[in-house]
Amino acid sequence: MKHNIYIYILVMAGVTYLIRMLPLVLLKKKITSRYIKSFLYYVPYACLAAMTFPAILHSTANIYSALAGLIVAVIAAYRGRSLLTVALLACAAVFIVERIL
Amino acid sequence: MDSSHGKMKIIYDRNEDIFLENTDYRNGLRDGVAVALGYFAVAFTFGMASVANGLGILQAVLISLTNVTSAGQFSGLEIIATNGSYIEIALTQLIINLRYSLMSFSLAQKLEQGRQGWHRYLMAYSVTDEIFALDANFDGSLSPAYHYGITSVAVPGWVFGTLAGAVSGNILPSFAISALGIAIYGMFLAIIIPPARENHIILLVVLSAMGLSFLFSVLPVLKNITSGFVIIITTVSIAGIAAWLKPIEDEIE
Repeated sequence: MKHNIYIYILVMAGVTYLIRMLPLVLLKKKITSRYIKSFLYYVPYACLAAMTFPAILHSTANIYSALAGLIVAVIAAYRGRSLLTVALLACAAVFIVERIL
Repeated sequence: MDSSHGKMKIIYDRNEDIFLENTDYRNGLRDGVAVALGYFAVAFTFGMASVANGLGILQAVLISLTNVTSAGQFSGLEIIATNGSYIEIALTQLIINLRYSLMSFSLAQKLEQGRQGWHRYLMAYSVTDEIFALDANFDGSLSPAYHYGITSVAVPGWVFGTLAGAVSGNILPSFAISALGIAIYGMFLAIIIPPARENHIILLVVLSAMGLSFLFSVLPVLKNITSGFVIIITTVSIAGIAAWLKPIEDEIE
């Protein structure tokens, strides 16, 4: 039996929306536990770091251009450049390294 | 003179809230540009892959518009292409996208308690890795207007990227896709590095999370775990340990 493409899309979208919506809607109260507050304070940093590395190494055509982009992004971010500037400088580094290699 | 001055002040106060929300919305638009750039490149490849797997152009666009998630959409596409069951597609989405519930949990606390309930239903639509990253970086209580500002640029980047990729696989040359692929990660680094520079605990959290997720990608058996789960396991364990060893002071929100 061939499944219906629109039911597939509906199931995908429904599940994904519920995952995002339920915690936002059900957890309206401010949490007072110091442990949970501390946990949530660290969540974005741990989460973003885990998403960035090592995935960044496979985000371009080869690992050398990715390393160049990573190094440039770290330096630019360390110097406090804006989000867009850091992102574009990383792209530029990847572009240049891939032209040279 | 005094009374007219007082009047002006009242008018200003009354409009202050709207004024601030406009600013938040515009800041969201501005910050969303980096997200949209990265999204365009990833969505472009999703569009190409969809058509290659037998989907129509509009079906590919509809998936991007209703899901707004890269890993989830790619895995969903695989199941659609192989005519898998509805249960299978639902479970895959649940596993790959479960990390969003952790992000929503964090955002639920960052929103003002008194905020109208419907904002939470609307904002949930676009809780993605990248938009969450920006929301988390927002100074103070999260303003829904900021979230909507990012969404207004990022989601069109996602949807039109899909459309462009589906219509023709050759509009964007491969070197451009390769260079844009790193944009999102550059943005993540721009968010986590400045606070890590100021705060040693955050620096340790960042380095340990990177180290742990790296271990998951190279060690036998562990490297078979899907990336969505690796992010959840790493986040929960590292943030959990950090909160236990170094609980934050009460004044820091």
